[in-house]
Amino acid sequence: MARGADIMTGGYGPGIFARSLAWMAVVYLVLPITIVIPVSFTDQRFLSLPQDGLSLRHYENLLGSAPWLAAIGQSAVIALASTLLAVVAGTLCAIGCWRIGSRYTEWMRALMLLPLIIPSIVYAVGLYRYFGWLDLLGTYLGVTLAHGVTGIPYVVITVSAALSSFDPRLEQAARGMGASLWQTLRWVILPRIAPGIASGAIFAFIHSWDELVLVLFIGSRSIITLPRKIWDGINENADPTMAVVAVLLIVLTLGLLLLDGALRKRRAV
Amino acid sequence: MRSAILAAPPRRFTNAGWYALILPAFLLMTAIYIVPILQVLAISVTEPTTGFDNYERLLTNAGVQRAIVTTLRIGLITTAIALLLGYVLAYVIALASPNAQRWWLLCVLVPLWISVLVRAFAWVTLLRRQGLVNQGLMSAGVIDAPLALVWNELGIVIGMVHYMVPYAVLPMLASMREIDPRLLAAARGLGASRFTVFRRVFFPLSAPGLAASGVLVFIFSLGFYITPAILGGGRTLMAAEWIKMQILDIVRWGMGAMLATVLVIAILTTLAVFSRVVNLKRLFGAGT
Repeated sequence: MARGADIMTGGYGPGIFARSLAWMAVVYLVLPITIVIPVSFTDQRFLSLPQDGLSLRHYENLLGSAPWLAAIGQSAVIALASTLLAVVAGTLCAIGCWRIGSRYTEWMRALMLLPLIIPSIVYAVGLYRYFGWLDLLGTYLGVTLAHGVTGIPYVVITVSAALSSFDPRLEQAARGMGASLWQTLRWVILPRIAPGIASGAIFAFIHSWDELVLVLFIGSRSIITLPRKIWDGINENADPTMAVVAVLLIVLTLGLLLLDGALRKRRAV
Repeated sequence: MRSAILAAPPRRFTNAGWYALILPAFLLMTAIYIVPILQVLAISVTEPTTGFDNYERLLTNAGVQRAIVTTLRIGLITTAIALLLGYVLAYVIALASPNAQRWWLLCVLVPLWISVLVRAFAWVTLLRRQGLVNQGLMSAGVIDAPLALVWNELGIVIGMVHYMVPYAVLPMLASMREIDPRLLAAARGLGASRFTVFRRVFFPLSAPGLAASGVLVFIFSLGFYITPAILGGGRTLMAAEWIKMQILDIVRWGMGAMLATVLVIAILTTLAVFSRVVNLKRLFGAGT
């Protein structure tokens, strides 16, 4: 404990009971996830800890497996495309709402947050019927649209946060000196909120990359993203290749979160 | 308002441009999100026949009643445990030094962003009959036969609490950080015991955050699909999985859409009722 905090609270701090319970909670949060790391290096042919030594055979297995690589490719294409959609729509919307700042734009922002509140199963059911009509079931376009729209809230949140520390007088000065709306956006607003946009993009990407429920309903037989491939294999076989995929996903997520952390630090400076 | 003086003359013209920026997101959201959801509501009162027949089944159909009761029971248990763990975590984090806070937060936030499938897979690896926990306990001689830790309600609760704890921590932490530490020091200085300080000062001040977390976690657990489906093994049906079965397996659109509608109404009502305690904007807008 830093002494500064002690002085501030007059020696009031969490007791031994609270501290041990908090440690247990952290162990419960983190430890089960890390278990997939040793399992992915097992030398056995079923899900287990390594018995006689570490082995990379399941990593080789994954890299040589066409279905797994195809799933990774499909997920990447869809995640990138839907991130682009979410970032463009979400950023423009957040800027518009911020600049106008009326009661209506408050409602607009609340509308944009709906996908975080309404369970994706409900949306999936609706889309299943709707995309059936529009002939978008089992298409890249359909899944990209669905993931893009549900990714908008993440972008709106991070960009709005970035805008809240942006001095509106800069924008007024630019307009006052005759800059068009497009020039103001391009040269004044966007550069200042770029880290916020990047954060939003990261979270929209993770959202699409991990999304399963919508794909189960609207992917038909043709769109098999990585989560769907994991889903198909999770209960039927105890193949350690799944543990390898899990490890790669964890590494990717950690990498993206580190990137986000670095961006936030730059924004703070 | 903030630009009333500077931008007075060309204002109406300018605002049209800013409104145009909102347009793409608004159109996308309406055409691709709102319309399909409204359609679910429509299906629930038009298929197979027009009227509230599907809703009548809420009173007569044992299957849907069981799904609702299961969902509420698991949701309440999950919320209670997640709040307890989340409160202790937020409490310890809020009172830790800035440096320690960063590490604690990392341990809470990283699981939040790790794929829910990966987490469910990890739990299956650990908890199934031949899983690592059972193997470990058996080779240590603690138990003779494997425990049924997964593919039942216990497994669902273990996995769901794991998912919800980070969501419980964030709103509570935000409200605890607003507590003036000098209040705690003053209470101590006036002779209150540590427990009294917690009970009379800290806890009441953190109560709004506790309520916000409770609402958030409960709402999320009502419509949760993936974790219950994997860790429940198809034996314990919660609302989301029941809806999926109605639509994809036995193709009874009316019933599936009906429960989906009930879910949305339940969630929006809960939010409306608690909107006094729960600052939604803060919950979603300014997360740490």
